[in-house]
Amino acid sequence: MTAPLLEVRNLRVEFHTRRGTLTALNDVSLTIAPGEVLGMVGESGAGKSMTGAAIIGLIEPPGRIAAGQVLLDGRRIDNLRYDQMRQVRGRQIGAIFQDPLTTLNPLYTVGRQLVETITTHLPLNPAQARKRAIEWLEMVGIPAAAQRIDSYPHEFSGGMRQRVVIALALCAEPRLIVADEPTTALDVSIQAQVIALLKRLAREKGTAMLLVTHDMGVIAETADRVAVMYAGRIAEIGPVRDIVKAPNHPYTAGLMASIPPLDRRVDKLAAIEGSMPRLSAIPPGCAYNPRCPRVFDRCVRERPDLLDAGTTRAACWLHAHG
Amino acid sequence: MLEANDLARYFDVSRPALQRLIAREPRRTLRAVDGVSFTIPKGQTLSLVGESGCGKSTVARLVVGLYPPSDGTVAFDNQPLSVARADPAQRQRMQMIFQDPYASLNPRWRVRDIIAEPIRAFKLVDGKDAILARVGQLLTQVGLAPADGEKFPHEFSGGQRQRISIARALSSNPEFLVCDEPTSALDVSVQAQILNLMKELQRSLGLTYLFISHNLAVVRQVSDRVGVMYLGRIVEQAPAETLFTTPRHPYTRALMEAIPDLDMTGRTRIPVGGEVPSPISPPSGCAFHPRCPLANDRCKAERPLAQPAGESLVACHAVEEGRG
Ligand SMILES: Nc1ncnc2c1ncn2[C@@H]1O[C@H](COP(=O)(O)OP(=O)(O)OP(=O)(O)O)[C@@H](O)[C@H]1O
Ligand SMILES: Nc1ncnc2c1ncn2[C@@H]1O[C@H](COP(=O)(O)OP(=O)(O)OP(=O)(O)O)[C@@H](O)[C@H]1O
Ligand code: SF4
Ligand code: SF4
Ligand SMILES: [Mg+2]
Ligand SMILES: [Mg+2]
Repeated sequence: MTAPLLEVRNLRVEFHTRRGTLTALNDVSLTIAPGEVLGMVGESGAGKSMTGAAIIGLIEPPGRIAAGQVLLDGRRIDNLRYDQMRQVRGRQIGAIFQDPLTTLNPLYTVGRQLVETITTHLPLNPAQARKRAIEWLEMVGIPAAAQRIDSYPHEFSGGMRQRVVIALALCAEPRLIVADEPTTALDVSIQAQVIALLKRLAREKGTAMLLVTHDMGVIAETADRVAVMYAGRIAEIGPVRDIVKAPNHPYTAGLMASIPPLDRRVDKLAAIEGSMPRLSAIPPGCAYNPRCPRVFDRCVRERPDLLDAGTTRAACWLHAHG
Repeated sequence: MLEANDLARYFDVSRPALQRLIAREPRRTLRAVDGVSFTIPKGQTLSLVGESGCGKSTVARLVVGLYPPSDGTVAFDNQPLSVARADPAQRQRMQMIFQDPYASLNPRWRVRDIIAEPIRAFKLVDGKDAILARVGQLLTQVGLAPADGEKFPHEFSGGQRQRISIARALSSNPEFLVCDEPTSALDVSVQAQILNLMKELQRSLGLTYLFISHNLAVVRQVSDRVGVMYLGRIVEQAPAETLFTTPRHPYTRALMEAIPDLDMTGRTRIPVGGEVPSPISPPSGCAFHPRCPLANDRCKAERPLAQPAGESLVACHAVEEGRG
């Protein structure tokens, strides 16, 4: 196996609030190899964006990394100074955020933002950079890119803005891409195009990717492995086919069963009963125990770590042997 | 409940006058929505689907009066939209869930005040405690907790914020709700809960929805009718089951082929071929012709009008000629 490009070790992120300390991420470990796409799914609020933010050094106070390490190429990046980290971000790590509006400056044209990013990180003059910017806009499927490059973000539709954000993250040719819901605002056709582009980068340039999404179709098509998050922890991690088709953690199973069917209409959609505990009220033992159909006595006493579960690793006592 | 007639909305996307002069460019108009008609009966759901940038959100904004139409009319409960919007009692009856949940929540307000604002503005519930109780109930309905009302929007994840904007939209007890990608930031389990809630409200209170989503599986679950948009126009409109079982317009069929494959059977999904055309200079005749496998000379010259075909309304020469 190739040495990982990214390694996250026992990451813990806390928020200090007036209402006490909240643990948003608890003991999260993962690796991504060059050219590999690690998908990340899980309950809304489970800590997926937080994981991405921690990797790119963008946890903002009152949040902080309370424990653990983030390594890029074996070198720690979680303790870099702000200006050093800015260098890494952009050149080494490209970020696609869930909210396109936070990435795009409403006061500048799309072209200006792309050209600035390109000239900052690549040895190109402004004219070359502008040409490159138009190419990137075409690659992410913006029609009439040459005509629309001087538009402002608000003149684009939601999905078009999202594609601009993707172009911005890719145009400096980073080695790791942290993509948070990159395709949710896109229609299936553009989505297919963007995914093909991301996969090509992974294959041809060895770009590694953390791909956070709720879209299981995208996961199934793009990811090599998948991490499933629940209440700040990884509930299950393993090869994509096993996670989708033969999950070993009851939460993963519940999640997969909630995918709306395409081939028929149902009266009531399957959903996991109840909701994820709030960070301030995570129950003792397994955090999923109040909703778990297979809960037993050990689950309410002891918290399971990731255990070998055949093809995947699952944080569930059902997989404790001996 | 809602009737849109030949709705159109154009945007001027010319460059500043001076630059235009130097480059000798004409003014440029973008036809975001170009002659869209539909009706939504009370208690029903019409969904709009179609490629990014085809004009869905613009239709949504026209329908709730956030943009004035460049042409055409909207009638809400048999009265012109402008009349309905002028009357607070009527305004309260329609609400919109925006595509971008971040932009629509005031960052300086606590969540409970965000949700309570319409309740106070329309005087729906009296007394501080009663309002708080109602806010708590709404938060619970969208899978959050009453205590979450104390927090500010930035303290929530993307999907949690989306749920806050849903709770806010529901807080004024609307009868007509425009939902622009309401569940796109939610995991499938929470999404299922929200969709079940919306269906339940429709059954018990007779809510009417205009629903916009890229997720065709979701569209199938919630819609009575579906309109497929392409470059500012509705190219096919049909009862939901008809559309999914017998799509007729070549674009609708291409859209269905492009759905991601969850079964990992190895089926390669077929993206709609060809370039997405520019809405600034749309192709002549049928706007889909550069990408359409059935296109012929007539398609390049003549714009097809919506014609009944079975239970569907389809704007396509090939379908009309029986070669579709
Ligand atoms: N500034 C903050 N203060 C306190 N808690 C916060 C803050 N920001 C985020 N959180 C909490 O941290 C948790 C993890 O949030 P995160 O954004 O990582 O979720 P997510 O898995 O990306 O969810 P989604 O799928 O909805 O985007 C959430 O429960 C959220 O409420
Ligand atoms: N304020 C504006 N000024 C100029 N052009 C605009 C404006 N708002 C929208 N447009 C353009 O109108 C077209 C339709 O945009 P709209 O937001 O309705 O698309 P959409 O179908 O909702 O797409 P998406 O699925 O990406 O959200 C796009 O080409 C967009 O760039
Ligand atoms: S540890 Fe127990 S409660 Fe948790 S997922 Fe496994 S069986 Fe369910
Ligand atoms: S009118 Fe012609 S080009 Fe347009 S969809 Fe029909 S066959 Fe294709
Ligand atoms: Mg998130
Ligand atoms: Mg839109």
